[in-house]
Amino acid sequence: MENYYSPLFGGFLIGAAVSLMLYLNGRVTGVSGIIYGATANPIKGDRAWRWYFISGMLAGGFILKMLWPDSFSSSLPTQDWTLVIAGVLVGFGTVLGSGCTSGHGVCGTSRLSPRSMTATLTFIFVGILAVFVFRKLGVFL
Amino acid sequence: MKSNLASLVVGILFAIGLGISGMTRPEKVFGFLDVFGSWDASLIFVMIGAVIVHFIAFRFIVRRKSPLLSPQWHLPTKKEITFPLIVGAFLFGVGWALAGYCPGPALTSLASLQSRPLIFFVSMIFGMILFRLIDRRLNIKR
Repeated sequence: MENYYSPLFGGFLIGAAVSLMLYLNGRVTGVSGIIYGATANPIKGDRAWRWYFISGMLAGGFILKMLWPDSFSSSLPTQDWTLVIAGVLVGFGTVLGSGCTSGHGVCGTSRLSPRSMTATLTFIFVGILAVFVFRKLGVFL
Repeated sequence: MKSNLASLVVGILFAIGLGISGMTRPEKVFGFLDVFGSWDASLIFVMIGAVIVHFIAFRFIVRRKSPLLSPQWHLPTKKEITFPLIVGAFLFGVGWALAGYCPGPALTSLASLQSRPLIFFVSMIFGMILFRLIDRRLNIKR
């Protein structure tokens, strides 16, 4: 049971962060959308806050690295080409699907948005199915 | 300016939350999605924790006329469940399962200065540019 405390506490912190964004700026904290609007589809006058958010996440990453260096540990033998395909799928898919784990999974689900709940159930079930299929095919080895 | 600093602070808190919860470790994500193998359900608590907090906070916050640092709300208004929504979520699910990264943890993990998050992140931006190029011609109704 002990290994459920940090996910739960981390989840509370994420919930507090997205609530703060809503309270102060009135925005949804959807990371894929924020990155899209900062890089591939920049709109004048709607960029600065995105880059501040991105800088904040990087700063948070450096804080994690200092305090808990094993936050980024991975023993997975994921190949570079797998990461490339995965990255393209995630970039393309999150923009086509209007959101990712943060915007749909946390913010939209909390608002009980039908679109977000549909998207969240879809990517979780597809993710589970994909891991099953990839294991059978030996993609991870 | 204040609202930009607010975004910065939210970004810091969000990233630390992701790290503490285990979302920045691809093997934890695999464990979570590996329901038919050696399932590690712990990451479901990340979503439960975040949704509990935001579900309650949301209801209080949107009673205000406007957010504290902005003249109006910027909330999504679309209701319709569209084909692109499903296909997009499907493609995202496959990519998430392949690498164990979703956008937030990938961005946070750039700070680790390891090559894997960087390769994933650059490819993700490429995927977004690809979408933008296609969308420019087709004007997809998302």
